[in-house]
Formats: sequence, structure tokens, C-alpha cells
Amino acid sequence: MEILVILVPLALMLGGAGLVAFLWSLKSGQYDDLDGAAWRAIADDEPPQEASAKR
Amino acid sequence: MHVTQDFSHYVRTAAEGIKHIDLAVEGVHCAGCMAKIERGLSAIPDVTLARVNLTDRRVALEWKAGTLDPAGVIDRLEELGYKAYPFETESAEVAEVAESRFLLRCLGVAAFATMNVMMLSIPVWSGNVSDMLPEQRDFFHWLSALIALPAAAYAGQPFFRSAWRALSNKTTNMDVPISIGVCLALGMSVVETIHHAEHAYFDAAIMLLTFLLVGRFLDQNMRRRTRAVAGNLAALKAETAAKFVGPDEIAQVPVAAIHPGDIVLLRPGERCAVDGTVIEGRSEIDQSLITGETLYVTAEQGTPVYAGSMNISGTLRVRVSAASEATLLAEITRLLDNALAARSRYMQLADRASRLYAPVVHATALITVLGWVIAGAGWHDAIVTGVAVLIITCPCALGLAIPTVQTVASGAMFKSGVLLNSGDAIERLAEADHVIFDKTGTLTLPNLEVTNAADIPVDIFELAGRLALSSHHPVAAAVAQAAGARSPIVGAVEETGQGVRASVDGTEIRLGRPSFCGAEALVADVTRLDPEASVVAFSKGSARFILSVRQGLRPDAQAVIAALKARNIGIEILSGDREPAVRAAAHALDIPEWRAGVTPADKIARIEELKRRGAKVLMVGDGMNDAPSLAAAHVSMSPISAAHLSQATADLVFLGRPLAPVVAAIDSAHKALQLMRQNLWLAIGYNVLAVPVAISGVVTPLIAAAAMSGSSILVMINSLRARRASREIA
Repeated sequence: MEILVILVPLALMLGGAGLVAFLWSLKSGQYDDLDGAAWRAIADDEPPQEASAKR
Repeated sequence: MHVTQDFSHYVRTAAEGIKHIDLAVEGVHCAGCMAKIERGLSAIPDVTLARVNLTDRRVALEWKAGTLDPAGVIDRLEELGYKAYPFETESAEVAEVAESRFLLRCLGVAAFATMNVMMLSIPVWSGNVSDMLPEQRDFFHWLSALIALPAAAYAGQPFFRSAWRALSNKTTNMDVPISIGVCLALGMSVVETIHHAEHAYFDAAIMLLTFLLVGRFLDQNMRRRTRAVAGNLAALKAETAAKFVGPDEIAQVPVAAIHPGDIVLLRPGERCAVDGTVIEGRSEIDQSLITGETLYVTAEQGTPVYAGSMNISGTLRVRVSAASEATLLAEITRLLDNALAARSRYMQLADRASRLYAPVVHATALITVLGWVIAGAGWHDAIVTGVAVLIITCPCALGLAIPTVQTVASGAMFKSGVLLNSGDAIERLAEADHVIFDKTGTLTLPNLEVTNAADIPVDIFELAGRLALSSHHPVAAAVAQAAGARSPIVGAVEETGQGVRASVDGTEIRLGRPSFCGAEALVADVTRLDPEASVVAFSKGSARFILSVRQGLRPDAQAVIAALKARNIGIEILSGDREPAVRAAAHALDIPEWRAGVTPADKIARIEELKRRGAKVLMVGDGMNDAPSLAAAHVSMSPISAAHLSQATADLVFLGRPLAPVVAAIDSAHKALQLMRQNLWLAIGYNVLAVPVAISGVVTPLIAAAAMSGSSILVMINSLRARRASREIA
């Protein structure tokens, strides 16, 4: 049962990391346009900003 | 005179040397539009950011300061095929976005805590029936406390604050029993953990918060989304005014940038965007949107004009007055305030349910404690059982019952062209049993239509239409549209207040007043058939024709009235327009109850009278004069073409030309209310089953968790049926 001393904190840390990631993504506005984000993922073009920067 | 578009009011500085503007865009609905706009705008030199938000239908644009005029970007979007308009986020919307993010953050924290506490609870539950050591159980309980207590303190804020507000106002709401339940469960769990007990309720308490936050977030998100889209529509109506920036120079500026004392130019065919007084010029104005009167009123120096009126013939200079000084607006605002105050007494279904719910639950818990004590159990066991009753009856299914249905139903309504301004509008709409229609702009279309096109030779009508393209006059616009004219006649001259003339193949053609075309003699024939129509004459050489122009009924008005009658809903017309016009519409639609020439106060009086008789009135209107009665009615709807004030007051706004959304909305509201009631009964039914089990004292956290999630999921699945209901109508 000593393994719990490692596994429980590990599980909590992973969960905590997930929470931090969620709060960060929320703060950076990634939930502001869920409809658009769904489509951006399958758009085959490069994002326009990068395309113009390369030119 | 040179006209410039001035959008500087909307531009703000995003960073050093970077300017930012938000644009509301019409017609963006897929990934293709998104890519097209972003690529098109990024191709403009010095644009640093062009990002489309598909949810809100908006574009955020940033560019290097001083290199770009936003008006040019709007023209570019027009070329791409999208109508856009600068947009300023209202403070209410900003607050809602912040609120929505806060709820989502709370939900994230609560969900994280629930998952982890559950992860710790399952070993305890299985360990309790097998070989877990008490020390291990205590360790798991303490870890659970470590996670659940701070998480609940954070994620419970929306409920604790609301409960505290209610208590300090000496009232109660749904959040009071929630807060009491959560705090007691956590407190008791800590005490139990200290005493090395087998069970702790951290998981139940935090899971309860998670489910309730889901409901709260859905509820809030529905309102936020509707408000965002409604805000876009308001912006896209592009209410601008030509403001004098110099003695002889005007700029086209957004209404938000106009202040009292400014002087604006009102050209023929333009809708006035401000309240003010005419200081120069003479014209006729169409005030149908404000008063419901379809006949034109003469405007000259000293005449007050109101936002929403259409200038017909001459050019006017108008001095902008403060909105509060405008007598009509002041009167309407006063009536509006009274009406809104009266309606705020309406109790939402959820509030009514929770008012009954809280005392019953708290009494049950108390009786359980006392009962167990009397039956000889110790204080400790009695209190544990009492708290278990509180936890298992805690209203998480009840908290989800209404918002989930509202969210699904509003999404379905949104797809069929109806926007909701408030969540409880669904409940109120479902109760409506009497509909009052305004005539002008509601039963009839706000735009003019040619009614006797069939009597005119096709080639003549076409020619008239092409000539009409050269005029600003709204009647001419109706003729041009009816004729489907595309190419204007070269060399057409407009004579102010008279009409347009041009010469085609050596023959003079004229379109305008009957006197201008020498066709007075023919007018009587047309007006005899249709006394309320406006007439416009057309002459080609010696041939004379009279076109009859009027506001047509909405295409499906008759069918909608019939559908409402079939649903046993009372119908009447209350209009500010003249009697013959209203009588004709009432007759055409077979509505026996109608009144003409009524003032805003009269309309309210009529609604109050119906209320006293116990009727629940749905008011459908578009004019500024309808705003107070929209607020006074039990529930209200406006077409998207309505005056700004009316649209803001109405509970529901419908898009497009047909009137059918009125019936569709009533039907989906009925279905939604039915589902809400079902959900409440499901929640109550669950309590009826669960409470005896809790009172008997055998509720472990495992049973509480299973019961709670089961009832919540059942309610959510049931709510999804609201989507199917509306699809049948659409």
C-alpha cells in the first residue's frame, strides 16, 4: 500500500495540471468562439497571418 | 458636398501603434466565409490581425495606426460579399461575458474536484466492504477534504453570494437551500472524518455544485448568445446620420457619435436616426414607425422629428435635441418604466417551485432529526441522517430542469428565426391566450408595395421602374423594386417634391405626383378602389398611368391569423393608424375586434383591461409607440424591422418577412413549458423515492451520488426533446 504515497499525489498532480491548462485556455479566450474553432481545425489552408508573413 | 464615412468613434487603441475595431458582419455562417474574410482582409497592407468569430458573427480587426481607414475595410468586405458595420460592445454584454467566464471557471474547478474526490471515494466505498484499514480510509477522507473544501469555497461563490443577497433582503431563493445543504454536508463530513467514521459526504457536496453550475452556465450562456446576435442586428441596421462637421461639410457618422446640439442633414428617402427639431427646409415625413399613422406629415421649421421617421420629399436640417427633452420619447419612457416595474413581479416557474421546495425540505430534515432522537438514536446519528436527507433532496435536478429546456428551446427557436431576450419569455409565451397586433409594420410590411401592377402594361411598368431608380423617394423605391429594375435611365432629373423626368427616344417620361404628370383625372378611379393607398403617376408622351402604392400585408398574415384562431387564441388589432386603413386590414384578415387611432396610453389601458379579465396578452408590435404596451403585456414580440426601443423591450424578436415565427414560437414555447413541467415532476418524483430512503438512515454517499447523477442526467436527456419539437414546426 506504500505505492499510494506515490500514486495519489501523482493522480492529483495530473488532475491539477488539467485544471491549470483549462484555466489558461479559458483566460486566453479559447472558449470565445467554439463554432469557429471547430471549423478552423479542418480548414486545409495555412492561417492567413502566417501565409502573409512568409511572402 | 463631400460625404465622408467617419467611424473614429469605434476605433480604439489595442497596443502601441496598433488600432482595433470590432465589426458586426452579416451572412457569415461557415468555414468558407471565415477563410474568405480572413484572407481577404489580411491581404490589405498594414492589417496585423483579422479574425472572424463565428459564434458571435463578428470580425476583430487590427492595423498599424494611421495607415488605414476602417471605412475602406468595410468597402472591402462589401466587395467580398458581406455587409459589415462597426460595432461597440454594450456594457451589459461585457458584464455578461465576464459573468459567463467566471461561471465556466467555477465549473472547471468544481468538475476537477468532483473527479478527484470520486477517484478517492470509490476505493473507500469498496474498501468499506472488504479489507481497508481505518487509517487508509482516514487518509483518503482527509485528502478529499483537502480538495473539496477549497474547491467548494471557490466554485460555490455564485450560489453563496446570491443566497447571502437574498437573506440580507429577508427573502429566500433557490440558492439558500443549496448553500445550506452544501455547507452542512461539508461541515458534517469534516466532523465525521475527525471521528474516523466510515462515511464522508465530500463527493456528494462537490458533485452537487458541479451539476448546479452546469445548469447556471447553460442558462447564462443562452442569454449571452442571444444578446450578442441581437446586438449585431442592431448595429447592422447601420443607424448613421449625416452630421455637419463644418458649415458646408457633412460626414456620415454613427448615431452613437452624435450629441445634443449637433446639426444633421436629413435627405429625402432617409430614415431619421435622432430626435430633434427642423431648423431649415420643408418636407413630408412618414411617422408610421412612431405613431402608426401611414399618411405623411408636413415638416417645416420648428417641427419636432423623432428617430425612426422617414423623410420623404425635401432636404431638412435638424438640430439634435437631448433625448430626454423630446416629449414623445419622454412620455414613452415614463410609460415604459411603469410597465416594466409592473411586470417584474412575474415569478419564474423555477422560483415558484423553489419557494415551495425549500420549506418542505428543511422541515423534512428537521423532523427526521427530531424523529430519530425521539426514537432513541443518539444526537450524532440523528444529525447525520438529517444531513443525508438534505444532501439527497438538494435540488440539482430541480436546478437543471428549467435552464436545460430553455437552452435547447432557445437554440431551436434561434434556428427558426426567433431571438429570445429573456429566458422566462418561453414560460410567459406558452401561457398567452390573447394576441394583440399592431397594424403598421407588424401585420403589414414596413416597406411599400405596388398593388395594381397587373393593370399596367409590362413594358410601361418596366420603364417606370427604371426611371424610379433615379429617385430617393421611398414610393419610387417600391416601384423600382416591384418592376425589378436594374439599369437607371441616363439623364434622369429629379425635381424635389414633384418627381423624376427623363427623355427616352425623344419622348418625355415622368414619374411622380399626379399633377407633375398631368394625370389628376385618373386618380379618383384608383382611390375609389383602394382609399388608403398612396398614388404615384407615370406618363410617357401622352399616355398616363396611375400606380397604387401601399403597405402590403405580410405574405402569410392570413394563414397565421387562421392558425392562431385554430389554437383558440383571441386576436385583436390596436393601431395608431387611421380608421379606414385599420378597417381594411381587419376586414382582409377577418379579425372582428379592432381599434384605430389609439395612443400608447390607450393601448396600455386596453391591456390592463384584458389583464383584469384574466387574459394573458401577447403583444406583437414594431413602432416606438408600441414600446410601452410591449412592456405592459404579459409577453411581447417584435419584428426585426422594429424601432430600436421596441426591439429592446420585446421578449422575442423575429426575423424575415413572414409572420409565421409568431405561431412557431408559441408552439415551441408550449412544448418547452410542457418539458419544464415534466422535468419538475421528474425531480419531485425522484425526491419522493429518495427521501424515505434518506429518512430511514441507510443513505451512504454511494447511494447519494448515484441518485443525484441519475436524476440530473434523466432531466438533461428529457430536455433535449425540446430540440425535436421545434424541428417539426420548422
